[in-house]
Amino acid sequence: MMRGMTIYLYELAWMLPSVAIPAAMLVALIVTAFGAGIHVPGVEGRVDPTKFAETAPFNEPGVVEVEPSRYEVRMIAGIWFFSPNEVRVPAGSTVTFIATSRDVIHGLALHDANINLMLLPGRVARATVQFNTPGEHLFVCHEYCGIAHHTMFGKVIVEPRQR
Amino acid sequence: MQSPPSAALAFTAENRLTAAYLIVALIALFVGVVTGFLQALEHAGINLYPKVAPLIQSYYHGLSLHGVMNVLVWTTFFISGFLTFATVYALNTPLQSMALGWAAFGLMIAGLMVTAIPLLGNQATVLFTFYPPMKAHSAFYVGLTLVVAATWLVTLSLFRTYRVWRAQHPGEWTPLAAFMALITFAMWTIASLGIAAEMLFLLIPWALDWLPGTDALLARTLFWFSGHPLVYFWLLPAYISWYTMVPYQAGRRLFSDPMARVSFLLFLTLSIPVGIHHQYADPGIHQSWKLLHAFLTFAVFFPSLLTFFNVVASLESGARARGGRGLLLWFTRLPWGDPSLAAQVLAMVLFAFGGISGLVNASYNVNLVVHNTAWVPGHFHLTVGTAVTLTFMGITYWLIPYLSGRALWNRHLALMQVWLWFIGMAIFSNSLHRLGLLGMPRRTMIGSASYLALQPDWQGVLPLVGWGATLLFTGSLGYFTTIVMTVAASRQPAAIGIPAAEVLAGPEGAPRILDRWWPWLVVAGLLILLAYGPTIAELVSTSPLSAPGYRVW
Repeated sequence: MMRGMTIYLYELAWMLPSVAIPAAMLVALIVTAFGAGIHVPGVEGRVDPTKFAETAPFNEPGVVEVEPSRYEVRMIAGIWFFSPNEVRVPAGSTVTFIATSRDVIHGLALHDANINLMLLPGRVARATVQFNTPGEHLFVCHEYCGIAHHTMFGKVIVEPRQR
Repeated sequence: MQSPPSAALAFTAENRLTAAYLIVALIALFVGVVTGFLQALEHAGINLYPKVAPLIQSYYHGLSLHGVMNVLVWTTFFISGFLTFATVYALNTPLQSMALGWAAFGLMIAGLMVTAIPLLGNQATVLFTFYPPMKAHSAFYVGLTLVVAATWLVTLSLFRTYRVWRAQHPGEWTPLAAFMALITFAMWTIASLGIAAEMLFLLIPWALDWLPGTDALLARTLFWFSGHPLVYFWLLPAYISWYTMVPYQAGRRLFSDPMARVSFLLFLTLSIPVGIHHQYADPGIHQSWKLLHAFLTFAVFFPSLLTFFNVVASLESGARARGGRGLLLWFTRLPWGDPSLAAQVLAMVLFAFGGISGLVNASYNVNLVVHNTAWVPGHFHLTVGTAVTLTFMGITYWLIPYLSGRALWNRHLALMQVWLWFIGMAIFSNSLHRLGLLGMPRRTMIGSASYLALQPDWQGVLPLVGWGATLLFTGSLGYFTTIVMTVAASRQPAAIGIPAAEVLAGPEGAPRILDRWWPWLVVAGLLILLAYGPTIAELVSTSPLSAPGYRVW
């Protein structure tokens, strides 16, 4: 029968890797966050949903080329739409989504580009991504927002660059 | 598994209270299982909602019922009944006040009724997370608040009982099962302050039109303050069974008592300051706080690893005593013919995968791949849907015969049910995980989604969701049949004692701090202040309560 010391040794042999494994995973995660710069959304300011017309950048909604090859998608979500719901950019563009909600909580999930944002009324959400190859990418609302939630979607269409 | 009924006192009055909680819990589970089956069939292309329209008025109405009934009602009632039972038997002390015990039950039932009326009437189709500015009928919020308040009465009832025991047993180690039950309710009571604040200061006054508006982010933050520890409130009672009862069923002994205490004390201190990992994708919370919560979520993984070791070591020692050999083959020598043990060991097996997918969820930027996709329900059907629910089913396979005095009606049907749940959930959950990785959103009537036709890769996997759920549903019918027939038709008297494991290494000689409360409560409080204080203070002081409510269903 195992007694005292033996049990402690078994426990120790398990506890050390139990600390080491999550610690190693945490290090990997910190490397991707600060080394590769892959962050989750942070604080990007507020916007009053009753004053979109007076608040930049939502006073000029839609897809705006702010610099050559750099686009901003100023997007408002509401029941049950994305505006704009079609985003056309040339391949090689860097696109920043600046989005918010007009009413209840919505979500913006553009899975192909790892864009995953909650859209809360009153809060601005922002994510930047680069589209290099031509193609179509679906984006959907991924937070339950009412009876027609499943009809809420749009597309990013990356067009071949014209030379 | 069972030895003759133990010589301990039978607490007849407490048994009745536990039975009352179980009856409500099982009815809620039944409603949750039926509504869940409809959802899975919808995903597989079989839309039955038009056929059930007078009762369940939409997919999302059914989904709200499914969530509230399964994760709020089934769990809370079962846990309140089971842990009351575990505490009085472990302490061998009757409840300090039966009146208080019944008052808690009465308040919980009253809260449930008040919640159920708007919920059943499609006036609260806001899912179990009820994120504002979506606005339900005020009764929904009032009712849920009463349920939470009732859990505080359970806490009070158990701690007053503990004080009676302590006065009679100065200097003794608190019996393990009671210690763990008390920690579970202490942890939940602290954690529930978030949801109580959300209800009392934001949602109820807003739903009654005393406040002009609300704030989505502040409400979400308070919700998840309670929402993640709620997960541990479900899980810890399953752990109590795995630590203090399953080892007996497998061969009598728990491997290490002090290590079990350490893991529960870590749950007391670490379960709460982790909730922001549900809000990684939320704008308005600084990344550094999100990273801190990621760190603490990894830390709370540690006591689960301790549990894994301790419980598996106990199973192994039991199986080897039954002639088990080999590095892993001993596993086959567990008493698999006992449906209670089979259910709980299979729950552990699937829980290992749930733990792994949970680590993915917790991993800060990796979460962007899976947040709010089908991956998430895939994950929590392994945790609350299997580790917790299948374990609770396993517990009822001895607890209901014990309470009713009637032997389990049909052991073979019970065993079949356990395996159906295991296989069905493996298929169901694996499909949801895969669909999540393909970008399919959760909480969505996907069979009717406007964009489904654009996603042939989803369409290839969705039928498996339906098949998995069909096995689950069939298994659950076996479960309810077994339980109902045991109570109604079983003619044999139950020869069942309460499984109570002995320990291989007891607490004697372990540091006494492992049986104290205040040091750990202080650490828990400090960690909560550190992890949540600045964010909540900032949100409270800067959020205009201006968002109007919407009824969007």
